Amino acid sequence: MPNNLPTPLLDGRRAARDRRNLGWGALGLGVAGALTGLTVAPPDAAQGQAQRLMYLHVPAAWTAYLAFFAVLVGSGAYLVWSDPRWDRAARAAAEIGLGATAVTFAAGTVWGRATWGVWWAWDPRIVSTIVLFLVYAAQLTLRWSKPDPHRGARHAAWLGAAGFVTVPVVHFSVVWWRSLHQQATVLAPSVSPPIDTIMLASLLVCAAAASITAAWLFLWRLAVLEARTGVRAAAPHAVPAGRR
Amino acid sequence: MSPRRSRALLLLLVVAGIALLMTAGLQNTLTFYRSPSEVTQGSSAHERVRLGGQVVPGSLRTDAGLTRFRISDGTTEIPVEQVADLPGTLREGQQAVVEGTLDDRGVFRSDTVMAKHGNEYRPAEAGGQDSR
Repeated sequence: MPNNLPTPLLDGRRAARDRRNLGWGALGLGVAGALTGLTVAPPDAAQGQAQRLMYLHVPAAWTAYLAFFAVLVGSGAYLVWSDPRWDRAARAAAEIGLGATAVTFAAGTVWGRATWGVWWAWDPRIVSTIVLFLVYAAQLTLRWSKPDPHRGARHAAWLGAAGFVTVPVVHFSVVWWRSLHQQATVLAPSVSPPIDTIMLASLLVCAAAASITAAWLFLWRLAVLEARTGVRAAAPHAVPAGRR
Repeated sequence: MSPRRSRALLLLLVVAGIALLMTAGLQNTLTFYRSPSEVTQGSSAHERVRLGGQVVPGSLRTDAGLTRFRISDGTTEIPVEQVADLPGTLREGQQAVVEGTLDDRGVFRSDTVMAKHGNEYRPAEAGGQDSR
């Protein structure tokens, strides 16, 4: 497969503008989520103000799941078609997933200090999340483990596809094992999640904001990776003047 | 035995060894805490363990820097004595995990108390302005 084919999502005369609009949408939703989470939503009866960290912690964890699912898709497609564009997609998604996992840890440790009373606990949820982080960090670096980029990318793709088993392990760790971390409230098989309606609405706005932000970051990172491989620049001046 | 076969056997042994070490190492993670019944039945006196259960309503008392409460799993209750500070979210009737050792008198001497949070989120009661 040649390395210099344009990526469909980044191609076309409107792609750059669409990407910018997505960025503005992410910013708008982020501001809305921050406002609802910090002012509109009531403080929790048991945890007080510390509960507001949920509006960052849970969307970040959700975004990480989403990004690692994208790694699974990108890796699987690369194993089938050996198209470097799928490898770049898997790489961009893994980077975003690792960033989102780091944000989840940062918000979670502060929340843990406020609610549990400790910054850290070696409980199943936290240990499985560390494993998840290490698997995707390895996935990212495995790409450069072979002198031949295609062979390195294939190894990374195998790990990117197989590594997804860690996502359900992390999610269900609180059900399968006896943990300190509480069980899921929203992503659980329950008709009426045990959460106040305004809190749930704020959480959903924040989750949407995080997902859109991740999508925007993904496209932006993909464009950077594409530009590095020497694919013709998708700059506006490349479009014939008459068609704009 | 062919070299291929012995290599496979060696690999199997290494994998089994790693799996064994991992399960042993994760023992205190996969079961993050033990219930009062498990702690009293197991001969784990003077051994550092994590004990988890409900803080028995009406049992939580603090005087002169020493906090006493009882942890229950419905069948067994263990009295706990904690010297250091408590998480502000610790409530009677809620779940908690304490870290320490069971002494000869059957009292659990704890140095770390963790309040376990449920998966319920409710606004503070109307008029409960103190939480703001």
